Amino acid sequence: MLILTCPCCGVTAEETEFHGGGEAHLTREGPGSDDAALEGYLFHRENPRGVHFERWRHVYGCGKWFHAARDTATLEWFGFYPAQTSEPPEALLEQIRQKRPGWRWRDFA
Amino acid sequence: MSTRLTTGGQRIDRSKPVTFTFNGTTLKGYEGDTLASALLANDRMMMGRSFKYHRPRGVVASGTEEPNALLGIGSGGRFEPNQRATMQEVFEGLEAQSQNHWPSLAFDIGEVNAKLSRFLPAGFYYKTFLWPRAFWKHVYEPFIRQSAGLGKAPKDRDADTYEHYYHFTDVLVIGGGLAGLTAALAAAKGGAKVTVMEQEAHWGGRAPVDDGAAEEVAALVAELEGMETVTLRLRCMGAGVYDHGYVLGYERLTDHLAVKSGPRHRLWRIRAGQVVTATGAIERPLSFAGNDVPGVMLASAVRDYVAHFGISVGDRTVVVTNNDDAYLTALALVGAGLSVPAILDARQGGGGALADQAKAKGIRVLNGHGIAKVQGRKRVTGVAICKQVGEGAVIEEIACDAVAMSGGWSPVVHLWSHCGGKLIWDDAQAMFRPDPNRPPTGADGTGFVSVAGAANGLLDLSDALPDAAQTGAMAASFVTGKASGDIALTDRKPRGDRPIEPVWLMPASAKRALRAKSWLDYQNDVKVTDVQLAAQEGFESVEHAKRYTTLGMATDQGKLSNINGLAILSGALDTPIPQVGTTTFRPPFTPISMGAIAGPARAEVFQPLRRSPIHAWHEAHGADFEPVGQWRRPYTYLRSGEDRHTAVAREINQTRNALGLLDASTLGKLIVKGPDAGRFMDMLYTNMMSTLKPGFCRYGLMCSENGFLMDDGVVARWDEDTFLCHTTTGGADRIHAHMEEWLQTEWWDWKVWVVNATEQYAQIAVVGPQARSVLEKLGATDIGNEAFPFMTFQDHTLAGIRARVYRISFSGELSYEIAVPASQGLALWEALMQAGAEHDVMPYGTEGLHVMRAEKGFIMIGDETDGTVIPQDLGLGWAISKKKTDYIGKRAQERSDMTRPDRWKLVGLETLDGSVLPDGAYALADGHNANGQRNVQGRVTSTYHSPTLGRGIAMGLVLNGPERMGETVQFNKVDGSSVAARIVNPVFYDKENTKNV
Repeated sequence: MLILTCPCCGVTAEETEFHGGGEAHLTREGPGSDDAALEGYLFHRENPRGVHFERWRHVYGCGKWFHAARDTATLEWFGFYPAQTSEPPEALLEQIRQKRPGWRWRDFA
Repeated sequence: MSTRLTTGGQRIDRSKPVTFTFNGTTLKGYEGDTLASALLANDRMMMGRSFKYHRPRGVVASGTEEPNALLGIGSGGRFEPNQRATMQEVFEGLEAQSQNHWPSLAFDIGEVNAKLSRFLPAGFYYKTFLWPRAFWKHVYEPFIRQSAGLGKAPKDRDADTYEHYYHFTDVLVIGGGLAGLTAALAAAKGGAKVTVMEQEAHWGGRAPVDDGAAEEVAALVAELEGMETVTLRLRCMGAGVYDHGYVLGYERLTDHLAVKSGPRHRLWRIRAGQVVTATGAIERPLSFAGNDVPGVMLASAVRDYVAHFGISVGDRTVVVTNNDDAYLTALALVGAGLSVPAILDARQGGGGALADQAKAKGIRVLNGHGIAKVQGRKRVTGVAICKQVGEGAVIEEIACDAVAMSGGWSPVVHLWSHCGGKLIWDDAQAMFRPDPNRPPTGADGTGFVSVAGAANGLLDLSDALPDAAQTGAMAASFVTGKASGDIALTDRKPRGDRPIEPVWLMPASAKRALRAKSWLDYQNDVKVTDVQLAAQEGFESVEHAKRYTTLGMATDQGKLSNINGLAILSGALDTPIPQVGTTTFRPPFTPISMGAIAGPARAEVFQPLRRSPIHAWHEAHGADFEPVGQWRRPYTYLRSGEDRHTAVAREINQTRNALGLLDASTLGKLIVKGPDAGRFMDMLYTNMMSTLKPGFCRYGLMCSENGFLMDDGVVARWDEDTFLCHTTTGGADRIHAHMEEWLQTEWWDWKVWVVNATEQYAQIAVVGPQARSVLEKLGATDIGNEAFPFMTFQDHTLAGIRARVYRISFSGELSYEIAVPASQGLALWEALMQAGAEHDVMPYGTEGLHVMRAEKGFIMIGDETDGTVIPQDLGLGWAISKKKTDYIGKRAQERSDMTRPDRWKLVGLETLDGSVLPDGAYALADGHNANGQRNVQGRVTSTYHSPTLGRGIAMGLVLNGPERMGETVQFNKVDGSSVAARIVNPVFYDKENTKNV
């Protein structure tokens, strides 16, 4: 059972206090989008072995959604940050690059 | 025969005899005995029968790894099957029963399976039970069901209680052997808060028997007990190691007591900074023909029974080994005055210092030899010996009544592996052991598990203890951030062993007849030939071979068999053992009780129960409750002599003809407020909500981003900035979360707030032709159809209570839903009941609600919808805005699958004979599909008896349904027949809406 830290209220607690919400930083495809873009938005999710950006909600706490970066293989957290952004903060990306040389944002290959 | 010796036994107290029963026979043991040792004292070597062949099986081990001696313990509400006799301590009055035999343990019909073993090879079920199809239901399944399962499931409600215990510790040491205790002391002296758990009832592990270290163990425990920062727990197993230092401990509190009080088991939910697994090692059996005959035991177990319990498992014990450890057994037996006719050492060069001691005692030692075959069926009568290198030509037969075998030791790596710790193959010691460079990692990416003692592959205390001390000190340093000092250790010299030589099959080139009697997995009856057959048939992955043969899939999870099995697989595939790899180690280490997992969460505290403010009144007035989410809602109100059906009909008739009341308090009430509320509502609902005028109501539909209908309800615009969204009872929390998610993660710059006010209001629906008059009687004025029209709301004072009254209807009747503060709900309800008495007002329940909405053709979320239905399927196109550029789900509803013309659409259904259609029945179509199943063209989504119309009515989704009005379609029934129904308009009652005026 993972331990998470909510960046909104600052509480560090067990996974059962939170609820996972899948991959972070998807772009909503609304009316006017083409079929391929819609398909990607609704159905396709990255499932990397390694660095992953995730959505979580502190559902039995402050109720706020937030984002987290995690290594899916080692379960290491790189950081937690508010959900009100469309990209991870640069400082976090830099920290991940330090720990995982050669890693690049949104390079899932 | 197995007997109690007149002296000896470190653990038993001969001054305290206890009596217990085994299969109804009263037997004697001593305090300190395990059930296994007490049975052996009474010459009950045979303790069970195997799963597949029902072969007679005796106890083979002395600890947690025991695969054979599984018994049912206790009776009634305290009966539990599949308990290991080696772990169960005896107490006065204990009741034990053997399992998996009929009619008796000694004589068993199922043993015929053993005679057929040639015809029951690996994968037998997969190969045999393929066809014909009809045989599955009537022949194969009953046969498999009858054979399946070892013990019988308890029939009575569990009489015990269980608890959970949350625990936080810097260093958790799992295993209270000498290595674990040493690591714990080092960690505690390093300044860490330390917890030590030992699954058995005694500290010290193997050290008191194998190393004569009982006093050293006692001194260590005494020192640890004296430290405030140390918690020690016996009978407490480390069950599983999980992410980020989460560990489950399983403590057995009363299983060893005659008088039970307090919780039976305690589940420790632990967060540890560092975990040290000092879980020891398990001795491996050797694979020779007849290695499962009762009397063949692990060498370590044989000496445990002598040393701990003063038990002789046999007068003459042949020892067979590939390492030096088993010599300890021979020395212990001879020391107890028993006879060891021979030690068969498979190694050409024989053993080291211990072997010299054995020879000095005059024991006959045969190097390069092994067992060709064990003689005897229900008990060992002798062994035929052979050269290890050959095919098993018998050199000599030795009469004996027990065999002590040792195939080497496998470190218990389970807890290390549970959370991703990796293993390396140690060729010199022929074992998998933890790879210190690849531990399970925690939240910060560093390892949080380390290993001490035999679990780390260090079988000699002179290596293990310095390593354990260092491991404990380092674990403390990780947590405290400070360097730890050294602790004093007893000076030990290496034992002087000669290296083990792996022996995976005895003799090495055993013929098939011998291999087919060489057991790997005792509990599941997997033999050497089965694994070889699996390899031959292409099951090359160890995970596939495991499932094909069932090796390691029994309740012992292959603690004895896994390494031997994969070594045989490795040989059959001609692939080195490390490349074959192990199967996955999953928690728990040994089975834990369901009660411990549930803890206190059972019966009325299993889930929170939500009650409406009027709940107590319902209870006092015959409410027959049904669960709706966590709520309890009255299904109907039973009067004396009524059944549910009659009561529902009465409530509906009275509501349609005069007056009914419904407690609608459980319906979700979400307040959406802010300058951008209208804009947000337009995204949430398919309708245009921003144009709704304050004071007005509108029925709205909410879809998921996938386009599917997820909730519906009436929206009221309280003022320019504020909307009240009614949701379904079960949907309130989900829809609230849905709104929060979009607001927080997509439109976070919109000025909107959402509050779930469901429990702040009581809401009562006043329904029926007399609804208006009863409101007037309670003080409402000017509420005629024009002054207070349908789909509006007004504030009134009713019976002195300030109320918000919504004129909305889910029944087609004149209807007002009255919202008041929750604290006033009961007062208003009682005032309404009193005022309505002149009209014989009746409360109605959820079933009346459902039938009346179905009579009017209103959909119900969860009946007409199931997560694959879009509003367009339900004839609700009128509630979808054509003007809006966007709403959640709009783009998805343009997908080709959503717009295809052959989607099933909502219609009403009337059986020709007036009967009620079965719920979920399919509309039959001509022909069959590729799977041979009948083609279908629709299904029933709601079906009821309508007391208003006196016949069955239903709604359903049917292919091209709305264009097929009047057509007759056949629906299937459970008994295989079908029933004809006509496709009709889904509005069955008052199509012209004459009543809601």
